[in-house]
Amino acid sequence: MFGLLGLVVRRDLVLAMRRRADVLTTLIFFIMVVSLFPLGVGPEPEMLRKMAPGVVWVAALLSSMLSLGRMFSADYQDGTLEQMLLVPQSLSVLVLGKILAHWMVSGLPLVLMAPVLGLQFDMTAQALGVLVLGLLLGTPILSMIGAVGAALTLGLRGGGVLVSLLVLPLCIPVLIFGSGAVEAAISGMNYASHLALLAAILLLALVFTPWVTAQALRISME
Amino acid sequence: MNWSEFFAMKGYALYVWGSYGMALLVFIVEIALVRHKRKITLQQLRLMRDAGVEE
Amino acid sequence: MLAINWFKYSAPTTFYGLAGRLVPWFAGASVILFVAGLYIGFFVAPTDAVQSEAYRIMFIHVPASILSMFIYLVMAGYAALGLIFNTRLSSMMATALAPTGALFTFIALWSGALWGKPMWGAWWVWDARLTSELILLFLYLGFISLHASIDDPRRADRAAALLAIVGSVNVPIIYFSVKWWNTLHQGATIKFSGTSMHVAMQQALFTMLLACWAYAVAMALLRVRSIILERERTTQWVQDLPEVRS
Repeated sequence: MFGLLGLVVRRDLVLAMRRRADVLTTLIFFIMVVSLFPLGVGPEPEMLRKMAPGVVWVAALLSSMLSLGRMFSADYQDGTLEQMLLVPQSLSVLVLGKILAHWMVSGLPLVLMAPVLGLQFDMTAQALGVLVLGLLLGTPILSMIGAVGAALTLGLRGGGVLVSLLVLPLCIPVLIFGSGAVEAAISGMNYASHLALLAAILLLALVFTPWVTAQALRISME
Repeated sequence: MNWSEFFAMKGYALYVWGSYGMALLVFIVEIALVRHKRKITLQQLRLMRDAGVEE
Repeated sequence: MLAINWFKYSAPTTFYGLAGRLVPWFAGASVILFVAGLYIGFFVAPTDAVQSEAYRIMFIHVPASILSMFIYLVMAGYAALGLIFNTRLSSMMATALAPTGALFTFIALWSGALWGKPMWGAWWVWDARLTSELILLFLYLGFISLHASIDDPRRADRAAALLAIVGSVNVPIIYFSVKWWNTLHQGATIKFSGTSMHVAMQQALFTMLLACWAYAVAMALLRVRSIILERERTTQWVQDLPEVRS
């Protein structure tokens, strides 16, 4: 199983590296959205400090949504996806590999960029730590829930917006616990429970989403 | 029964009647849309049948 | 058990007729129940000590929100049946229920906002239940949009069904997280003056709930008839219907 997983991840990463622009646009979007908020609400440090966790998390959410279309569309268009549905190996494992690769390209950069953005909002070191940890747990969940949406909307017109409409409501718990953890850290309260809940959701998603996504792919490809 | 007092709802008239009024509006609109859909569907079926008969 | 062959009605052909006969009964029942419920709610139930006359919004707000959640579950249930057993009619019922559910969610949100304004001074108070209701509206709209975006009816039915199932599983998680978020931010909750409600209030609430339910059934049955006609348009039995021949 891990051999197959590694194969799929490596293939998708290689393909993604050939289209490096896509990776960068997600990151740039993330940075821009986070920077838009102070421009919109004013530079008052106290208010920005309060807003920071929510702003960074919402921006991460939106940036993740942006890149979802890419997860299956390329393979769908050149027929590779059809082949994947026919192989004897488990489709769920293949899908998990694609989700993992997608996260490494779209989610992980956000996690790494977040501390820099957090500094724009004058966040403490501890808060930044909790932010990064939360995003590390949360962005894979976003990729996984997003995969279900991407699979259901394969080849449809209206693409990106439709996927976001479907997926965003389902991502709200991740947003609440992720930004809640940072807020707790800022006000000196216990943030472990928030992160524990995120970890629980991550495990749940890990168990269910590859299979659900595989079913969604079959539905879309019939 | 003092009707003007009743409709005033002790000053909350806007909120109470605003809620019920919207609910009524939604029901009326929904019923109208469903009936319209049926009308259109039947029309299209007749068109289809006529187109088939003319062959 | 009644000597009805239930499976007879799982075919669109026979269900079309049954639905047509049932609609007037449910429609009539809902009118009677609405009149009764509103009468009890406005003329029998007393003024509330804390919320004065504004609390009467409850008689449409609470049934609407209960129904919005109930319809979502029924819709997801039908969708799941259609997905698992490949029964066309189940999927058609799910599609028929969605708009009614979404509209009840809207009524719940609108009346909730109008209730919140005099009580807490703001048109929107981010109460845990109202916020969950808003998210439910998004889930309905997602279902409807996805179904509408796919041309092939079978793919549309099955994709939307999967979405509905995923949504249902998520609803408890979403509700729990919103409740958590709400207590964290000290939001408001809609409460009454005492721990128990006056009997007449309970009666009005229950009657209105039944009224909304009967209305929803009537709407869904009416809508599914048009859906059946559309989907089965190439079949002989549809061509032979009196309303098509005329």
